[in-house]
Amino acid sequence: MNDPQHAVAGRRGPAAAPGARWPTGGAAPEASVGGDLHAERVSRLIGGRLVLDGVTVTPRPGETIGLLGPNGSGKSTLLRLLAGVLAPSSGVVTLDGRPLGRTTRRTVARRVATVEQNVHTQTELTVRDVVALGRVPHRRAWTPMSAADLGAVTAALERTGLTGRADQSWHTLSGGERQRAQIARALAQEPSELLLDEPTNHLDIQHQLDLLELVTNLPVTTVIALHDLNLAAMYCDRLLMLRDGRAVAEGTPSEVLAPSLIEEVYGVRAEVATGPGYPVIRFLRRGAEQPARCAESDRPAGTEAKAAD
Amino acid sequence: MRGARLVLLTSGGLVVLAVSVAVTVTIGPADIGTADVWRSVSARLGFGDNPLPPLREGIVWNLRMPRTLLAAVCGAGLALCGAVMQSLLRNPLADPFVLGVSSGASTGAVAVIVLGWGGGVVSLSAGAFVGAVLSFGMVVLLAQSLGASMDRVVLSGVAAMQLFSALTSFIVLTSADAETTRGVLFWLLGSLSGAGWADVVLCTAVLAGVLAVCLAHTTTLDAFAFGEEAAANLGVRVARARLLLLTATALLTAALVSSAGAIGFVGLVLPHAARTITGSSHTRLLPVTALSGAVFLVWVDTVARTALEPQEIPVGVVTSLIGVPAFVAVLYRARRKT
Repeated sequence: MNDPQHAVAGRRGPAAAPGARWPTGGAAPEASVGGDLHAERVSRLIGGRLVLDGVTVTPRPGETIGLLGPNGSGKSTLLRLLAGVLAPSSGVVTLDGRPLGRTTRRTVARRVATVEQNVHTQTELTVRDVVALGRVPHRRAWTPMSAADLGAVTAALERTGLTGRADQSWHTLSGGERQRAQIARALAQEPSELLLDEPTNHLDIQHQLDLLELVTNLPVTTVIALHDLNLAAMYCDRLLMLRDGRAVAEGTPSEVLAPSLIEEVYGVRAEVATGPGYPVIRFLRRGAEQPARCAESDRPAGTEAKAAD
Repeated sequence: MRGARLVLLTSGGLVVLAVSVAVTVTIGPADIGTADVWRSVSARLGFGDNPLPPLREGIVWNLRMPRTLLAAVCGAGLALCGAVMQSLLRNPLADPFVLGVSSGASTGAVAVIVLGWGGGVVSLSAGAFVGAVLSFGMVVLLAQSLGASMDRVVLSGVAAMQLFSALTSFIVLTSADAETTRGVLFWLLGSLSGAGWADVVLCTAVLAGVLAVCLAHTTTLDAFAFGEEAAANLGVRVARARLLLLTATALLTAALVSSAGAIGFVGLVLPHAARTITGSSHTRLLPVTALSGAVFLVWVDTVARTALEPQEIPVGVVTSLIGVPAFVAVLYRARRKT
């Protein structure tokens, strides 16, 4: 078992001269340290339905923002808008102050890397081939991989603990290893912003923790959609809670993860233990009037949420 | 090191192709040796002063050379189209026939031969090209209105293929006399027997152009491995790349079908064979696929015209006999990966 999470060397920190990656000159980012990817009051209609409604996300350089919310609340759509593969119906996504719509796809891909949910391929690829895809936005036509390209691939493999598997077929990897290979591919893009859509899906708990440990220790700004509230509380600096395409809460994990909000958004009852460190959420069984093993509690259903107000 | 391997593969392929052409030109009912071929070619190119007798000269220069070279160009072109379409559509079974391009080209050509559309002014090639563009346009429009996902493109291609095959059959059955039917059928099955220098020049020019476009987009094609959304995330302008590359392959297919008929399975099988040598990187895959397609069709056509002498088998029949088992093998391998 590889242990990628301890590799934290900041060789390629967020301060690595964004101006150098910004050949279009003109609107050189003066104030920003690292990438500034902002979504301002973005909305998106899909098939006549308002999937996202006036959401603003402004990650600070280097921090990890968690997107929470039930299925269909707009997390994936928001990530696609941030990546620029989907255009907002209204509002604007900017990279260093410049709207994504006025930036070439290639320029965006050199700055913003995305790890999608459960990607598949039928092509016979080695792990190294997959990671090398991250160099596509950096390469020119008619030229082979440069030394810089090869170096970025090697570094990304190293960082994700996949060096030993570089020549193995993608199809032989486990789910966790595939996710790690996709993260390595994203790192090979040398981004300043990393977007991840539920990267821990279908992974066992060890791999979930390994993966989030790896991601949050990277020297990049990260926006990550998560289902698991406890993982979000453990690993995110700030959280954005979505419901029906609207932002209903934003702040640190202890600010956002209140039992009342969890009940309002997810329709489930929960207790939140706010000790030192991160808050811990304990969900309560639905059918039981009183939580199991709480014999002394004779309070009627619903008072937990009220008590926390 | 990677570059060196590409140079090695490409130059090796070119040598094999040159040797294949030189050898297969000597094979046939008329007894012609490599020395005769050399004498004819060098005289034609203007640096030999020892021409062959006119009859033998005619066999080498007007019959066998254009035919062999057209086989090479068709093999290279069809294999290239197959490789590009398979990557763009993320479908290991895609080739010019799946997109209905070949069927459309056939219908256009048959309309010119049988119905005499264009009054003799419009050539067979032009008819085939119009047919290819029509069927391709239909596939694109249909797929676009269905949501443009890649399986829709393939299904639209199947619909177009059925429609244009039916139209071709209708035209042939209602309008053609027995002799024309025989000629059309032979051509529909794919045959290089009528190859002339005009065909070689046209197809080579189109192949060169399309090959250049594809080689300029090798990393773009690599980026499609995990789908269109992933490609977009890697900085590819997906709609533009797809339109450009599919149009280029449709154009090439139209040129090839107008010259040699619908030769099946080359575009399907050769890219898979080439991938086992080169891996998935299109920088290596595309040149090697094109070269192996050329060598493949040169030899298959030689078999087709000599195996049952003096009877000639349409080359498309031979490629299908080889292609169908390979098709089944690809299906099996694709099933394992899903």
